[in-house]
Amino acid sequence: MAADTPAPTDTEPLIQVEKFNYAYGDNQVLFDVDLNMRSEDVTALIGPSGCGKSTLLRSINRINDLVETARVVSGKIKIDGIDLYAPDVDVINLRRNVGMVFQKYNPFPRSIFENAVYGLRVAGIKDRHDLEEAAERSLRSAALWDEVKDRLHEVATGLSGGQQQRLCIARAIALQPRILLMDEPCAALDPIATARIEELIHQLRGQYTFVIVTHNMEQAKRIADRTAFFYKGRLIEEDDTMNIFHHPREQQTEAYITGRLA
Amino acid sequence: MNSTPTNDNPFAGDSSGIQQRETAARWGLRVGSYIVVLITVAIMLHIFVKGAPVVFRSQWPFVNTQFLTELPATLHVIEDQQGNHIETDVNGADAVKKKLGDHFRAEKTISYSGGGILGPIVGTALLVIVSVGVALFLGVACAIYLSEYAKHGKFLEMVRLAILNLAGVPSVVFGLFGLGAFVLTAPRFVGVPAERSVFAIPLGFTTISFEGWDTCVLSGGFTLAFVILPVIITASEQCLQAVPQGFRETSMALGATRWQTIRYSVLPFATPGILTSSILGIARAAGETAPIMFTAALAFKDKLPWQKDLPPLPADASIFAHWEQSVSRFLGIFTESVQALPYHIYTLAAKIPQNEYAERAQYGSVFVFLVLVASLAASSVLLRKRLRAKYRW
Ligand SMILES: Nc1ncnc2c1ncn2[C@@H]1O[C@H](COP(=O)(O)OP(=O)(O)O)[C@@H](O)[C@H]1O
Ligand SMILES: [Mg+2]
Repeated sequence: MAADTPAPTDTEPLIQVEKFNYAYGDNQVLFDVDLNMRSEDVTALIGPSGCGKSTLLRSINRINDLVETARVVSGKIKIDGIDLYAPDVDVINLRRNVGMVFQKYNPFPRSIFENAVYGLRVAGIKDRHDLEEAAERSLRSAALWDEVKDRLHEVATGLSGGQQQRLCIARAIALQPRILLMDEPCAALDPIATARIEELIHQLRGQYTFVIVTHNMEQAKRIADRTAFFYKGRLIEEDDTMNIFHHPREQQTEAYITGRLA
Repeated sequence: MNSTPTNDNPFAGDSSGIQQRETAARWGLRVGSYIVVLITVAIMLHIFVKGAPVVFRSQWPFVNTQFLTELPATLHVIEDQQGNHIETDVNGADAVKKKLGDHFRAEKTISYSGGGILGPIVGTALLVIVSVGVALFLGVACAIYLSEYAKHGKFLEMVRLAILNLAGVPSVVFGLFGLGAFVLTAPRFVGVPAERSVFAIPLGFTTISFEGWDTCVLSGGFTLAFVILPVIITASEQCLQAVPQGFRETSMALGATRWQTIRYSVLPFATPGILTSSILGIARAAGETAPIMFTAALAFKDKLPWQKDLPPLPADASIFAHWEQSVSRFLGIFTESVQALPYHIYTLAAKIPQNEYAERAQYGSVFVFLVLVASLAASSVLLRKRLRAKYRW
């Protein structure tokens, strides 16, 4: 399990968030966030709603650029030491390397196959054989292949919720990104579907660097190596998951995990 | 209602009048709705009763084909001594008179009321094709820009307001605008600019001259396009906004550009609605009279737009010359002025002396017009259903 592998502390972090301040218009929502995430870890972001978890996550693939008022006030996010907000960064390239899975499973109302290869198609890959291979590979990785292999050309919105979310994961990993960002990936799923997603994350850890926002503290305990607790836009504490849940250093962290913080 | 306080039923109504007002409100609304339904039915019935007999026949092929396949013509009505009326066209009149000989009593001519209405049908179809083509292209482009690219703010609000105002402009104003802009000043390629040319840019091999397109399908179609643009822009924007934001985010998160996102993950899902609105635009464009009065429509024309006396090509003409002639013949369709259904109805109803024959032609035209519009509306509903079934979320 994640929790009982002692985390090596000497590897260079893959994602570095440095003094990151972020705002929507005049409303600043992240304050001086400093956080390092290593490539072999599953990192969970926890905290009460509105504390800025999604904002931070969505800044890592710059999907928040779509929000008109959103802006970086100061600070940096780096991947492999490269500042993501530097002018020479191509967001398209960045997003191909940093996949994202959203809270509400939202496959396109197209076929399962077309969903799986969407990223490849927009990247300009046309060869039918390549696309089919990639679809099978990513659907297998997402533990969905056996369930859908006979109906690849049926519309994806006919799948169950859990299957749809796994399809969204397959679609993200079809591009073979290094990082997978997940924003409450199980929030809309029932416990059984949730368990399958968690199992999937276990299988895939090591292949991808996971950053997962979750409201469910049990889930954070089950899947995360490191956990970061946010409150009101600030990173309060970040540590091995076990330490966060059993020996929190900060009083606010303890209050939150014991359910005393709204 | 029992108003005595001694009533021991705690749920009994009181006499405060709330229920009376409730009943009055319900009946008021109900009567209003009934009036609307009644008048709608009355209009439809009126047109059906007066128009259907013109278009349909009780014998095979059950349709008055002449009415749908001939151009409008002057109707000659010849009356004999017994008071019988014989209807004929200008060519038939003499023959009928000769045959009647002494039995001939009187002859009446009624303009535009004989023959059929093929000319107006064709003209309206061409105007609709041009206007909807232009309006869809401009309108959808504008809607995509407003909804997907433009930043929110004062400027965007102003653009929206301008579009809304455009919808409120009386259509005769569009007609005058079209006259000034398209008929008299729009640019065209010419060898030698006409004297009335506002401005000419010589390019060597040809000249761009701002001398207008004359009254023709193109001028009328562009004018009508601006009449229906607000409808198409507003409806298209609503359809684009109705596509879940999640589709855009997901698509971009998978490395799609903005245009790819629009192309693959927004437009396909907005298309059913856009098409529906554009079909409503068709009905509007087909029905407008004022915008085409000065820009495209004629009260009478004895030729279809493609019936032109082009000199025959010389026997040794190259394939290229034939090809060129076909193309120019085709394009020539759009530079002809035409008759149009609404204008034809207006002419029949307001420009000629009224009698039973003129009235018959009016209602026949109105009936055909309504059938066309109704079938367009029906096809839009069907189309939307099919597309919805294909792209559902
Ligand atoms: N698109 C947006 N526009 C303006 N403010 C936003 C937007 N998204 C989030 N916010 C604000 O940013 C703050 C953090 O939100 P979010 O990152 O979604 O928190 P969390 O995911 O932790 O619930 C909240 O106060 C929220 O109101
Ligand atoms: Mg959130």
